[in-house]
Amino acid sequence: MTISLALEQLLNGIQLGVMLFLMSAGLTLIFGVMGLINLAHGSLYMVGAFACAAVAALTGSFWLGLVASLACAAAAGAIVELLVIRRLYDRDHLDQVLATFALILIFSEGTRWLFGSFPLYLDIPPLLQGAVALPGDATYPVYRLAIIAVGALVALGLYLLIGKTRLGMRIRAGESDREMIGALGVDIRTLYTLVFALGSALAGLAGAIVGPLQSVQVGMGEPVLILAFVVIVIGGIGSIKGALIGALLVGITDTLGRLLLPQLLTLFMDPSQAGMIGGAAASMLIYVVMAVILSVKPRGLFPPAHA
Amino acid sequence: MVLTRENAVNLTLAVLLLAVPLAASALGQPFYITLATRIAILALAALGLNLALGLGGMVSFGHAAFFGIGGYAAGILASHALSGEPLLFDLSGTAQMPIIWLVAVIAAGLVALAIGALSLRTSGVYFIMITLAFAQMVYYFAISWPAYGGEDGLSIAVRNQFPGTNTMRPLNFFFVAYAVLLAGIGLFALIRASRFGAALVATRQNEIRVAALGIDPYRIRLAGFVISAMITALAGALYADLNRFVSPSMLAWHMSGELIVLIILGGTGRLFGPLAGAALYVAFEFALGGLTERWQFFLGLILLGVVLFARGGLLGLLAGKTKHG
Amino acid sequence: MVEPVLQIDNLVKSFGALRATDGITLDLKPGEIHALIGPNGAGKSTLIHQICGTLKQDSGTIRLAGEDIGALSAAARARRGLGRTFQVSSLAPEFSALRNVMLAVQARQGSSFGFFRPVMRDRSLIDPAMAILERVGLSDRARLPAAELSHGERRQLEIAMALALQSKALLLDEPMAGMGPEGSKRLTGFLDTLRQEAPILLVEHDMDAVFALADRISVLVYGRIIATGTVEDIRRDPAVRTAYLGDHA
Ligand SMILES: Nc1ncnc2c1ncn2[C@@H]1O[C@H](COP(=O)(O)OP(=O)(O)OP(=O)(O)O)[C@@H](O)[C@H]1O
Ligand SMILES: [Mg+2]
Repeated sequence: MTISLALEQLLNGIQLGVMLFLMSAGLTLIFGVMGLINLAHGSLYMVGAFACAAVAALTGSFWLGLVASLACAAAAGAIVELLVIRRLYDRDHLDQVLATFALILIFSEGTRWLFGSFPLYLDIPPLLQGAVALPGDATYPVYRLAIIAVGALVALGLYLLIGKTRLGMRIRAGESDREMIGALGVDIRTLYTLVFALGSALAGLAGAIVGPLQSVQVGMGEPVLILAFVVIVIGGIGSIKGALIGALLVGITDTLGRLLLPQLLTLFMDPSQAGMIGGAAASMLIYVVMAVILSVKPRGLFPPAHA
Repeated sequence: MVLTRENAVNLTLAVLLLAVPLAASALGQPFYITLATRIAILALAALGLNLALGLGGMVSFGHAAFFGIGGYAAGILASHALSGEPLLFDLSGTAQMPIIWLVAVIAAGLVALAIGALSLRTSGVYFIMITLAFAQMVYYFAISWPAYGGEDGLSIAVRNQFPGTNTMRPLNFFFVAYAVLLAGIGLFALIRASRFGAALVATRQNEIRVAALGIDPYRIRLAGFVISAMITALAGALYADLNRFVSPSMLAWHMSGELIVLIILGGTGRLFGPLAGAALYVAFEFALGGLTERWQFFLGLILLGVVLFARGGLLGLLAGKTKHG
Repeated sequence: MVEPVLQIDNLVKSFGALRATDGITLDLKPGEIHALIGPNGAGKSTLIHQICGTLKQDSGTIRLAGEDIGALSAAARARRGLGRTFQVSSLAPEFSALRNVMLAVQARQGSSFGFFRPVMRDRSLIDPAMAILERVGLSDRARLPAAELSHGERRQLEIAMALALQSKALLLDEPMAGMGPEGSKRLTGFLDTLRQEAPILLVEHDMDAVFALADRISVLVYGRIIATGTVEDIRRDPAVRTAYLGDHA
């Protein structure tokens, strides 16, 4: 194995991590502020991807598609919050799980109804096509680097939003004390709708930007959703910082595990067997990491203090 | 047993489930026998989950793992029995259901012990997400492990056998499934009424109080989780035999979600809730599926309606509120 | 000197900057009622929680009948012989009063892993539970769900459950709270008969009850014990008068 391959895989891991961060930031924010577990978060990811692909196909512009994905996911999130989610804040987690599971069925079948069962494809925008050179005469796609940059920007933006703005102050107040912010005269219903729409927009953004890397199809959000759960469980549910670190950890562990484990096993057994066992073991690796972290810190790496 | 309204509804359900395949068999409609068998098996799977969720308050979103482990136990043992290759060391496969069930139940029990021991250190949403994640781990393992079909799954060429009956005949296999379901319901009732059941139900209501009495809530929950997984695994073995096929889809998280849905549709924590829920679910699937290809869309709407507006489930509607002794 | 049943040494517990328990040393001797009094927020409940294991102390030791129980779980401590009531009633709300007490009887018998015998036909659970309900005066409410009992009845049920454990020591956190003068008087009489079964650490604001029952009183203020002594000692203690008793005495 060469250095450049390792570097390439490391970057892939970071890119996966960044995408997971966009998903888990919304999930963890929604849980932290509203105490809601939202299984339908993966559906909003799918909505973003489909909106981007459809608008890009219609207008020929990826960038318009990107705007559409943010707008559609945020709007879908807001509508769902107004119609369904706000009835669930006072319910137990079981009701939340079921209702949002029902939303998945509705979103998935609804999307199939609108777009049919065939996957859509998205092209990488011309501006971001091509590759840059890595040390050791390998190259790396510009587009994937751009995803990493977007993730870094969103992380910074969230940090500023939550740490430095009035909205962020209200979000933090909402996390630590729901009654208090009601008493402060903040309109808590509007705040919740806003937070939900923000989380949805982030999920939609994640769906849109991975659209050009894989096919856009119904059900694409679900594997990502479960990885995002692993991320926030590792990071500590409710913590944005935990989501960032957890996402990078999961992204890098998963990517490098798939590369390294089979190779490691060739030291002990013949290559075909090593490939088989290594592959299976690699697919379980992040869950093992999660189990190890939980057995040391049952509430994740950065458990919110008030929980 | 006193004939309360709930008991009457329960009895009706049990009799109906028996009557449908008998009638179908008389009328030469084997499809309905399969439908009824499916109801019985799904009800058994949900009954298992109901022990954890309804009695113990553990919202496991990972019971598909145990359902699938049961299924793979049936598939793997059967395939070895057919090929004659030894399974492990000198142990060979088998096509005998009782042995398969035993293996399924023990295997799932061991996995549940490991998953439960870790997951039960947490609670609430953590527990939901962690059980989901571990089930997903089993799912990906099944997909990436090529020996037993990987993503494509594993066929069971000839349905496994039960002593004294020809299981290839749909009605006979229904009887096997029905008998196991009734036994499962009986076991659930016994456990619920027992000392362990009292401790489990009390742990759901007030964990701190239970600990203050000297009962360790963690051990009670863990035991409940393991028993629950074992029952669901037994259902999984039967399900594989019903379809004569097992694939990672039995392990998928949709399956975990469906099992919860069955319980809620029927009525949480109630003895016959899973059966009522399974019957309702399969009936929806059949009726809506006949009307539209997009039946899951409407299932979603119905489910949303039940969660938001009719929380007692079907039995809540038919038999009124639960009574507590 | 008699060996104390419960011995607490130098217990410390902080919540952030607040030292809720600030080096408490205290014991409970056989046959006595040791009252723990102090203003709201003094740290009485926090102390009870640490003794029972619902909260973990930062440092210090807790001994029950000579054994260090400071590292055990709440359940393990209860099995060693600590019975308690909570300041805010803590019951299995869906269970009837009888089943709540039966659960305690079952816990005392150490057998919660019976899977097949129905509890409602188990005389070895029902009979002792009914007898205890009788003692606390709840036998005619036995079949009512705990959630439907009145406030006072729930307090009595808590005591019934603690009794059913046949503990070595009882820790009662404000058993009289909200009982009304009649109820308090009855309960005072009842607790008086109890001290021979198990010594009681009694947290209580009702001074009539405390003065009637206590063999010893400790006064807790801001996480520290400022005085321990007989009823007379405490009534006379000038520090106690200024810090706490004020006009009540
Ligand atoms: N979990 C906790 N986290 C932070 N502070 C706490 C916690 N529990 C108690 N406290 C604080 O510790 C102090 C002692 O509380 P505690 O409940 O022990 O008082 P108390 O003496 O029982 O009062 P009361 O007579 O009102 O019952 C109080 O200031 C309380 O606010
Ligand atoms: Mg108190």
